[in-house]
Amino acid sequence: MRVLKPILFALSCTVAAQAAYAQNISDNVVKIGILNDQSGVYADFGGKSSVAAAQMAVEDFGGKVNGASIEVVNADHQNKPDVASSIARQWYDADKVDAIMELTTSSVALAVQGLSKEKKKITMTTGAATTELTGKQCSPYGFHWAYDTHALAVGTGGALVENGGNKWFFLTADYAFGYSLEEQTSKFVKSKGGQVVGSVRHPLAATDYSSFLLQAQSSGANVIGMANAGLDTANAIKQAAEFGITQGGTRLAALLFTLAEVKGLGLQSAQGLTLTEGWYWDQNDENRAFAKRFQAKTGKMPNMIHVGTYSTVMQYLKAVQKAGTDETEAVAKALHEMPVQDAFTKNGKVLPNGRMVYDMYLFQVKKPEESKSEWDMYKQLATIPGDQAYMKAAESGCQLTQ
Amino acid sequence: MAVGTQYLAEQQPKLSTTSLVLGAIAIAALIAAPFFFYPVFLMSILCFALFACAFNLLIGYVGLLSFGHAAFFGGAAYYTAHAVKVWGLEPLTGILFGAAGAAAMGLIIGFIAIRRQGIYFAMITLALSQMFAFICLQVPFTHGEDGIQGVPRGHLLGIIDLNQPLSMYYVTLAIFLFGVFAVWRIVNSPFGNILKAIRENERRAVSLGYRVDRYKLGAFVMSAALAGLAGGTKAIVFQFATLTDVQWQMSGEVILMTLLGGIGTMIGPIVGAGLVIALQNYLASSQFPVTVLIGIIFVICVLLFRRGIVGEILELMKRKPKGNV
Repeated sequence: MRVLKPILFALSCTVAAQAAYAQNISDNVVKIGILNDQSGVYADFGGKSSVAAAQMAVEDFGGKVNGASIEVVNADHQNKPDVASSIARQWYDADKVDAIMELTTSSVALAVQGLSKEKKKITMTTGAATTELTGKQCSPYGFHWAYDTHALAVGTGGALVENGGNKWFFLTADYAFGYSLEEQTSKFVKSKGGQVVGSVRHPLAATDYSSFLLQAQSSGANVIGMANAGLDTANAIKQAAEFGITQGGTRLAALLFTLAEVKGLGLQSAQGLTLTEGWYWDQNDENRAFAKRFQAKTGKMPNMIHVGTYSTVMQYLKAVQKAGTDETEAVAKALHEMPVQDAFTKNGKVLPNGRMVYDMYLFQVKKPEESKSEWDMYKQLATIPGDQAYMKAAESGCQLTQ
Repeated sequence: MAVGTQYLAEQQPKLSTTSLVLGAIAIAALIAAPFFFYPVFLMSILCFALFACAFNLLIGYVGLLSFGHAAFFGGAAYYTAHAVKVWGLEPLTGILFGAAGAAAMGLIIGFIAIRRQGIYFAMITLALSQMFAFICLQVPFTHGEDGIQGVPRGHLLGIIDLNQPLSMYYVTLAIFLFGVFAVWRIVNSPFGNILKAIRENERRAVSLGYRVDRYKLGAFVMSAALAGLAGGTKAIVFQFATLTDVQWQMSGEVILMTLLGGIGTMIGPIVGAGLVIALQNYLASSQFPVTVLIGIIFVICVLLFRRGIVGEILELMKRKPKGNV
C-alpha cells in the first residue's frame, strides 16, 4: 500500500488536471456546423465549397484550440427552413454543436438565428442578404459577415454613379427582395447626383426579358440596374448580351452576383457587367496565394461567400481562444470586441448589432480578350469604405443598440 | 344504391381485433417515440403525415388529383403564424383559425375546380394555388421571402407550456391522431361510400341520383381543412411560416409521399411522409444530393411497386390465404 499511495496520488493529480483543462471547452471539442444549400440553386454560390473553406480555416488555425480538438460538420438544408431548423435543433441538442455558420437564403438564416438566440448559441451568417438579421430580428449571439442588401446597394448604386453611370433604369424582380434592393439603390443613386429614369417589374423566375430590356434601352438610361437574383439575373444578362445592349454603351449593373455566377455565365455574356463583392482572388499576393490553395482543394476560385465563411470560422476560433472557453456569452463578447484581420479582410470590425463591417469593392467583368487566364474575370473600379457600405448600428433598428 | 352497397360489403373494414391491436401498438410506439428519436424530427413527420392523409382523402377515395394542396398547407401556416404572433391568439385557437382559413380557401378553389375532371382538375388547382403563392409573395403580412419568423409557441389553453419539447410533441400527436381519425371516419361513413362510388364510376353515381358535385366539393373542403390543420400545427412547431410551404414543389412533395406509401390506404401516406422526411433529414449531412436520391426512389416505386409500399404489402397479405387454399 505504501508504494501504491504515491502512484494513486500522482494519478489523481493528472486526472484532476485533465478535468480542469477540459472544463472550459464543453466535451473537450469545439464543433462548428456549416448549414447551407448544397444541391439546389445556391450550390455554386456557397455549397460544398463553403464547407471546404471552413475546413481550411480549421487547418490554418492548427486543428486545436486551447487543447481541444475542432470538428466541422455540415448539412444540406435544401432551401427548406423547416429542414434547416430541425437539423439545427438536433445539432445543438444531440450533437453538441457550438456554432452554426454560412446559412444561405434569408428565410433559413432568420429561422436559425432566431432559434439560436433562444438556445443561446452563436450563428455567423455569410450566405444570406437580408439586413433584418442585424436589424429588427437581431440577436446578441448572431453575426452577419460578407455582405447584405445595404452594402450591395451602396456599392453598385453609389459607386457606379461616381464612375459615370448616372442615368438608371431598374429591372426589378416583382417581390419584396427586389423592391428593397431597388429602393435602397435608388436612394444612393440620387444622393450621388444620379437620376432614375424608370423601372419595370418582372415576375419571379421569368424566362423572357426582351420587352423589359427594350423598355430599358429606349428609356435613354446608361445603366440598367438588375434588382433581382440568381437565375433571373443570369437570364436577363444573357438576353441583354444577345440584344447587343452592352455594346451600345449601356452598362449592366447586377446587384447580387458573385464570381461563381460570372463563371457560370461566361465572359462572352457577362462582359461589362458591374457588380459589388467583398473579395477577389487577384487583388494582391496574399489573396492569390489563398485562392491557389482553395483551388487545389475544390477546383475553383472562391467568391466572397467562401472566403467569408473561412473568415467566420477563423474569427470564431480566435474568439474561443481569447475567451478561454466555448461558453456562448464569453465568445460572443470576444467576437464583438476583436478586430477582423485574416485572409478575408484587413480592417474588419463588428458593430454592436452583430454586423461585420469591412471594405467592399466595385468590379467590372472583363471582356474575353482582356482576360489572361480562366479565372481572370474582374477589373476593380472602386473601393467602398466599410463605414459607408454598411448601415450604422444605431440606424439598423436593432434593439441591442438602443 | 347498388354501387354503394357493394362497397359497403367489400371495403368497410369492421375493426377486427388484429387491426385494433396493431393500432394500439402503433399509438403506444408513437407515445414512446420521443424518448428514442429527436422530437422536432418526429413532429415534422407527424405534420407531413397528416398533410399526406388529407391529400389522400381526395386522391385515394374520390379519385381527384389536386396539384394545389400546398396552398392549404402553407396558407394555414401563414394564418396561424400571423394570428398567434401578431394578434396574440392562444396556439390551439390559432391552429383552428388556420384550418378554418384553409377550409374557406378550399371552398373557393374547390368550387371552381370540381367542375372539371382528370388533368384539367389538376391544372386548375395548380393554377389557383400558384396564384395564391404569388399573393403570399406580395402581401405585406407574409414578409415576402423572409417569412413570418419567431412565432411564439405559448401555452396551450393557457396551461400547457408548449416550449417544452415533450408537451409540444404530445399536442402534435393528439392533433395528428384526431386528423387521422377524422379521415378514417369520413372514409368509412355513408358519405365516404358515395365518394368511392364517384371514384369508381361518376356517371353511375349521377344516374343513381347523387348530386356528385356537392359530394366532391364537400370532400375537397374537408381535405383542405385537414391539410390546414397540419400546416397550422407545423407553424407552431417550427415557429415560422415561409414561402416553401405554399410553392408548387410542396404540392408535388405531398403527391410523392402518398404515392410512395400507397394511394387509397389508411397508413400509406403516413409511411410515405415518414420516409420522405427521414430521407430529407438524414441525407442532409451525407455526400449524396438528397433530391437525386428521392427522385431515384420515386422512379423505382413507379416502375416496380405501383401500389406503393403499404399498398403492395396489403396486396400480398390479400393474396397469401388464396395461395394456401
